[in-house]
Amino acid sequence: MAKAIQAHASAQEDPIAGMLDADGALTPEGEREASVSNETLRELYRWMVICRRLDQEGLNLQRQGELGLWGPFAGHEADQVGAALAMAPTDWIFPYYRDFAMAVCRGIDPGKILTIFRGFAHGAWDPHEYRFGPFIIPVGSQVPHAVGFAMGCKLDREPTAVLVGFGEGATSTGDWHEAMNFAGVFRAPVVFFCENNQWAISVPIRQQVSGRIVDRAAGYGFPGVRVDGTDVLTVYAVVRAAAERARNGAGPYLIEAISYRMQPHTTSDDPTRYRADADLEPWRARDPLVRCAERLRTRDAWDDAVAQQAQAEADERAADMRRTLLNASAPHPSTVFDQVYANPPAALLRERDEFAATLEPGGAE
Amino acid sequence: MTTMTMGKALNLALHDALQSDDRVLVFGEDVGKLGGVFRVTDGLQDEFGEERVFDTPLAEATIAAVSLGLAVKGFRPVAEMQFDAFSYPSFQQVTSNIAKYHTRTGGACSMQLVIRIPYGGNIGAIEQHSESPETYYAHTAGLKVVTPATPADAYALLTAAIQDPDPVIFLEPKSRYWARQDVELPLSPLPLDRARIARDGGDASVIAYGPTVQVALAAAEQAASEGTSLEVIDLRSLSPLDMDTIAASVRKTRRAVVVHEAPVFMGLGAEIAARLMHDLFDTLAAPVERVGSATVPYPPSRFEKLFLPDAERILEAVDRTREY
Repeated sequence: MAKAIQAHASAQEDPIAGMLDADGALTPEGEREASVSNETLRELYRWMVICRRLDQEGLNLQRQGELGLWGPFAGHEADQVGAALAMAPTDWIFPYYRDFAMAVCRGIDPGKILTIFRGFAHGAWDPHEYRFGPFIIPVGSQVPHAVGFAMGCKLDREPTAVLVGFGEGATSTGDWHEAMNFAGVFRAPVVFFCENNQWAISVPIRQQVSGRIVDRAAGYGFPGVRVDGTDVLTVYAVVRAAAERARNGAGPYLIEAISYRMQPHTTSDDPTRYRADADLEPWRARDPLVRCAERLRTRDAWDDAVAQQAQAEADERAADMRRTLLNASAPHPSTVFDQVYANPPAALLRERDEFAATLEPGGAE
Repeated sequence: MTTMTMGKALNLALHDALQSDDRVLVFGEDVGKLGGVFRVTDGLQDEFGEERVFDTPLAEATIAAVSLGLAVKGFRPVAEMQFDAFSYPSFQQVTSNIAKYHTRTGGACSMQLVIRIPYGGNIGAIEQHSESPETYYAHTAGLKVVTPATPADAYALLTAAIQDPDPVIFLEPKSRYWARQDVELPLSPLPLDRARIARDGGDASVIAYGPTVQVALAAAEQAASEGTSLEVIDLRSLSPLDMDTIAASVRKTRRAVVVHEAPVFMGLGAEIAARLMHDLFDTLAAPVERVGSATVPYPPSRFEKLFLPDAERILEAVDRTREY
């Protein structure tokens, strides 16, 4: 009994939780303590503007028939940009499929990423080059990958933190729970980053999650906090602190960032079948860009020129992304055979050659 | 010359891999102090420490998934699944992530990892401890699937699997764990894509792997005493399939019998029979015969011998091919 009371007390003493108010945003003291500079806050704003514009362009490209699918991330600007920029360049990120903004913040060419959605290839970057894993589609299954990688960082005695992104739907999967338990048992340096946008395709959070996601951390023996996922400053400060904690050997940490999916799950989805436009209204009022601008104004650090410059850069990057995508040529179909194995069996190479021969003029006979 | 069981040969292969490459890690359920439920990892934790040989929580999906993560980090994980049917919780991780990671990263991340799975029956156990899941894995592109039939091969193939840059499902025929063989040390790694001729013969080819190789050899011995010469092929690798060796043998014998413990329906024999019919249609003297289990869950142990291939069923199948 005494032990249980003690454990509860120590969870309450989590200094990261101490930075937050009841709404999951930084308290004034928390903000002072985090001491995120005006320059960094403007940088976060800039990246959110860029990523929102790229998201819109992705949607346009899909509507124009240039992409097979687009999974919009509008509503996630603050949580994805805040988390990605909070991780040190030496840290790793294992994303889920909607973490496009994280990928862009890590320096991956967005036009190249889109070739995946144009059906050219399943992968478009070297994870080691950007310390950013591939987009993983089977929901939740990337979470234990991050734990394994983090176990390796610990074995190598490297001060590396590993962030793994996932939605609230992923927390229903067995893989997620197993990964949380492994991370706790091995004290792996992982930051579990839940992007709770309250919808898993058509299923709302109340039908997805019993209790609170953040409370599950305690069940696995480590702390966690629920944060306002539309407040980029809070997300940035909290992720940065959790990553530092992991690098210092204090083990895993769970962050549940609450936001709202402002768009369909993907362009194949039809949200009119399961939610009303009025449901989005309160969240339009909590637009991450508006909230960030407010924070900058409160700090007396807002400047209209900053916003204009960011928008101009965003437009330019969107045009670049479109150009890169439309100029990219599909690889030869037989390259599909080349990436199955690092050391391909002779039988597969024969199969590739036979396939390639059928593509030659007259080869199909 | 040393006499050694297959279990000991596997243990030695793990030992030598841990010793020669400090990136090799061995982990799974009960592999530490206990040395595994089949004792294949016996003594390894004592020698190499708890960081390199460690017990995991009881969660096969994540045992596979952390292997992936560790491989991205540059380790060489060798994970153990406790039993054949206990590998199924890891099926998504193996088929959707491990088998596809090389492709999904544009060839940037190879999955140099091994998942060891004791498989097969004939040990008097329940169904989930007696299954032959090889076709689930062999059907998935991106994996290599290997199974030894002898202690020497167990050492040589496991060593090669650990050194190979691709993910290898290493199926250990548990009924052969205690089989002994005189082994000439040191053993070299074997190529992962070659079958071997376990016995030369001219009248029919018996194609077997893992636990059924010994059964096929016993059948060949019996056939020889009756004046029939059987060639026995030990596949060693189930994916890729060494069709060159199989076809060369069947070109000579013109008759083929495929033997496995798994049900005949959709078993590996179906693929081999189809390939032989297609490639050697003019050569074959008779339809390819298949010997395996019935289309039932693995039977209660009281009846398992009635479903497992034995020398008699193999010889009956050979006889059917010779009726043509």
